[in-house]
Amino acid sequence: MSPEQFVDIASLIALVFLLLALLISLVRIVIGPSLADRVLALDMLTVVAMGFVGAVAVRTGLTLYLDIAIALALLGFLATVALSRYILLRAARREMITEERDAV
Amino acid sequence: MLSDLTIYAGGVVLLIGALFTLLASIGVVRLPDLYTRMHAASKAGAVGGGLILIAVALHSQDTAVTVRAIMGVVFLLLTTPVSAHLLARASYLAGYSPIASTKPDELARSREQNSAT
Repeated sequence: MSPEQFVDIASLIALVFLLLALLISLVRIVIGPSLADRVLALDMLTVVAMGFVGAVAVRTGLTLYLDIAIALALLGFLATVALSRYILLRAARREMITEERDAV
Repeated sequence: MLSDLTIYAGGVVLLIGALFTLLASIGVVRLPDLYTRMHAASKAGAVGGGLILIAVALHSQDTAVTVRAIMGVVFLLLTTPVSAHLLARASYLAGYSPIASTKPDELARSREQNSAT
């Protein structure tokens, strides 16, 4: 098997794996009992999207896609940090409201 | 001859990376609570994404692309533990408890102090 054929088949199989991973992560986003579970699944989804971009870069030979993958990694990190700050703030606000209700 | 070998290696590394990503997402669905799910997503997910970036570098055989891919892998390995730690800490302090079979709960006392103040 020539290297081109091998890479063609390997990237196709990798894309199928990544598609399965995408669908399975979507299940957790839909059913996830708490907000933190959904944030975690969204983080997983960014990694899967990065994998898609990498597999397409290997398949087409366009290495410019690599920059998109790095930007996606940065985006996923910042989104997770912002959403975990939001979880903390939401819990603090809820606690404040219950304290006010108890005081009244 | 050597370039053929690196292209084969790139295909194999791409397959392994995609497999790691698939296993991470299976773990995210199947494990019992948030903290064990985070264990799957942040470890296997980071390794899967990093391996796919390395596969792009191996396949391109270009120094500039390889340097960027290595930068991406280092960035991924540095930021994934930080974001997992932040999310776990936020959700613990927000009151999501781990499942009962997680025995040593070192943060339980700090949460009591936090809610007392």
